[in-house]
Amino acid sequence: MQITRRDALTLGAGALTLAALPMPVFAATADVDAAIAEFTGGAEMGADGIILTAPEIAENGNTVPIEVSAPGAAAIMVLATGNPTPKVGTINFGPLAAAQFASTRIRLAGTQDVMAIARMQDGSFVQASAEVKVTIGGCGG
Amino acid sequence: MISRRDFLQVAMATTAIYGASSFGNWSRLSAQQSITQDDLLSFDTTGNVSLIHITDIHAQLVPVWFREPQINLGVGDAAGQPPHLTGADFLQRYGIEPNSSAQYALSYPDFAALAGEYGRMGGVDRIATVVNAIRADRPDALLLDGGDTWQGSLTALRTDGQDMVNVFNALRPDAMTAHWEFTLGIERVMDIVENHLEFPLLGANIFDVEWDEPAFEPFKMFERGGVQVAVIGQAFPYMPIANPGYMFPDLSFGVREARMAEVVQQARDAGAEAVVVLSHNGFDVDRKMAANVPGIDVILTGHTHDALPEPLLVGKTHLIASGSHGKFVSRLDLDVRDGEVKSVAHKLIPIFADVIAPDPQMSALVEEQRAPFADDLAEVLGKTDSLLYRRGNFNGTWDDLICQALLEEREADIALSPGFRWGASVLPGQDITREDLMNATAMSYPEAYRTEMTGEMLHTILEDVADNLFHPDPYYQQGGDMVRVGGMGYRIDIGKPQGSRITEMTVLTTGEAIDPARSYAVAGWASVNPEVEGPPIWDVVEAYIKREGTVSVAPNTSVVVDGA
Repeated sequence: MQITRRDALTLGAGALTLAALPMPVFAATADVDAAIAEFTGGAEMGADGIILTAPEIAENGNTVPIEVSAPGAAAIMVLATGNPTPKVGTINFGPLAAAQFASTRIRLAGTQDVMAIARMQDGSFVQASAEVKVTIGGCGG
Repeated sequence: MISRRDFLQVAMATTAIYGASSFGNWSRLSAQQSITQDDLLSFDTTGNVSLIHITDIHAQLVPVWFREPQINLGVGDAAGQPPHLTGADFLQRYGIEPNSSAQYALSYPDFAALAGEYGRMGGVDRIATVVNAIRADRPDALLLDGGDTWQGSLTALRTDGQDMVNVFNALRPDAMTAHWEFTLGIERVMDIVENHLEFPLLGANIFDVEWDEPAFEPFKMFERGGVQVAVIGQAFPYMPIANPGYMFPDLSFGVREARMAEVVQQARDAGAEAVVVLSHNGFDVDRKMAANVPGIDVILTGHTHDALPEPLLVGKTHLIASGSHGKFVSRLDLDVRDGEVKSVAHKLIPIFADVIAPDPQMSALVEEQRAPFADDLAEVLGKTDSLLYRRGNFNGTWDDLICQALLEEREADIALSPGFRWGASVLPGQDITREDLMNATAMSYPEAYRTEMTGEMLHTILEDVADNLFHPDPYYQQGGDMVRVGGMGYRIDIGKPQGSRITEMTVLTTGEAIDPARSYAVAGWASVNPEVEGPPIWDVVEAYIKREGTVSVAPNTSVVVDGA
């Protein structure tokens, strides 16, 4: 196929539309701190006994699968620390809950830490966080 | 007259055995002996299980030139560690003699000169000879293909990978995993897997998006040498991010470390006495996974195209790196007893095309695949004064040429070419054939776009891609090289965090700084977005080469690297 410059320019017109460029976001840390304070009352948080599973790099920032498990938890709060509204939700487990486990999909505004805090049945708190990167993509190997 | 075969020097003939004194002695024998096929194949068969690993052949059916990278930087725990050693550091680390065949095969210095001396490497008919020889020693050896098999050549593109499927069916692997395979589109992949492929495609980390359930078999158990050997597949983790997700919209990938741990446990519970991961993670991802997931004996690494003359041991896990483009085949003999791997013997076998005799049946089959396209493959488009190669973190002459073609043919200010790691080399003074051009460009989303971007957007793109390469945590790395840039220079500090690595972006023609607010005409190719318009990149580059007649690529000094 022979391509003239004119053809090439015509073909290429309006070629690439980059979707909204995801950038690392730094949401109001005040909102995050306030949400944590409200949930924990300022108590110390341990790191054992809670597992947060999230992809390292989101395949689609609009629907990022996460899972959190904290055996013995009474409630688990999930925060997307970089979202304009960081609170994702709080899951309460009744005394008959067979497992203190939840999975859902959340929307992330950009690269950020997702955080889960569990209030255990004895009133103590544990937390875990995971960096989820939201990237333009392309150029892989 | 001395034939090339007589002239070649022994270099890669030593078997590396863990714990034995010959370990580290690899390729010291540059002296004055001729290389023979027997030297390349000699191996003291040991243990009870043999593995044969080939990966990232990128559809190269016949022997090629392939220059290894000059710049291949590691970050975080991988800084200064294999496979991030190049040139003199690499040669010294592995005791490789200057100007030896091992230097030629594994490193970049004096590549063009040594290429003339040692000849092309690879070719599936030579690989068949090696595989057959290993099978003669150990008939039930496991042959495992790490993927990136169905893409990378004119014939693979024109046949939707059927040429490679036909040839690999004849080579009879026991399993494969995948990356670029999925860029044929999910319908074609499933057509191949269900109707053509005579061995399983394994992927423990491939899930259905909607139900989050495994979409491919995670592992297969093989009884070999009286023991159970589990082979777990791990496909490229960042498939929908690094390549167009719309081509396989219902699949989700990811590193999924917890899933790997679970599958290893399943395999052990099912009686596996040796666990092998056939991986397309990339070397640094595998290094981290080996450290974090217990119970893996061997990871056959892939994706990042590294070739290492010795296994790298992480805890009890042996990491094997078998190169790319058919240049190498790794052989491992395992002694598996009492439920564990007692010892490992390893050899990285270089496929010197002038030394290893082609297997006649495989030669005929390869020829059958290429015959319908023979005229196209052989067509001369022009000539090159420069060595054309791709590999390297920041630039390569092939992409410099592609960027120059994009700038001129598309009348752009700035050109972008993706940091792919595949693409064979062309020696200075050689003709550039259509086959050569397609070896550097053949893929299923080749549209050469032309668009406007602000300086700020260009900065964001460079920062984003740089973080995919230089994030200190390998699980955030995608395993490509840096996007190549034409018409613009920049400075990069690889040790900085995302957003502050890239500075001093400069328009090369004027020396002016890139203005974040100004709009620039940008030409590029291989966008992962849907509905990109433009001619295929090979038509753009062909037009440029034909117009130039003979191309020359000046040394590229437009990227300044700090923090290495």
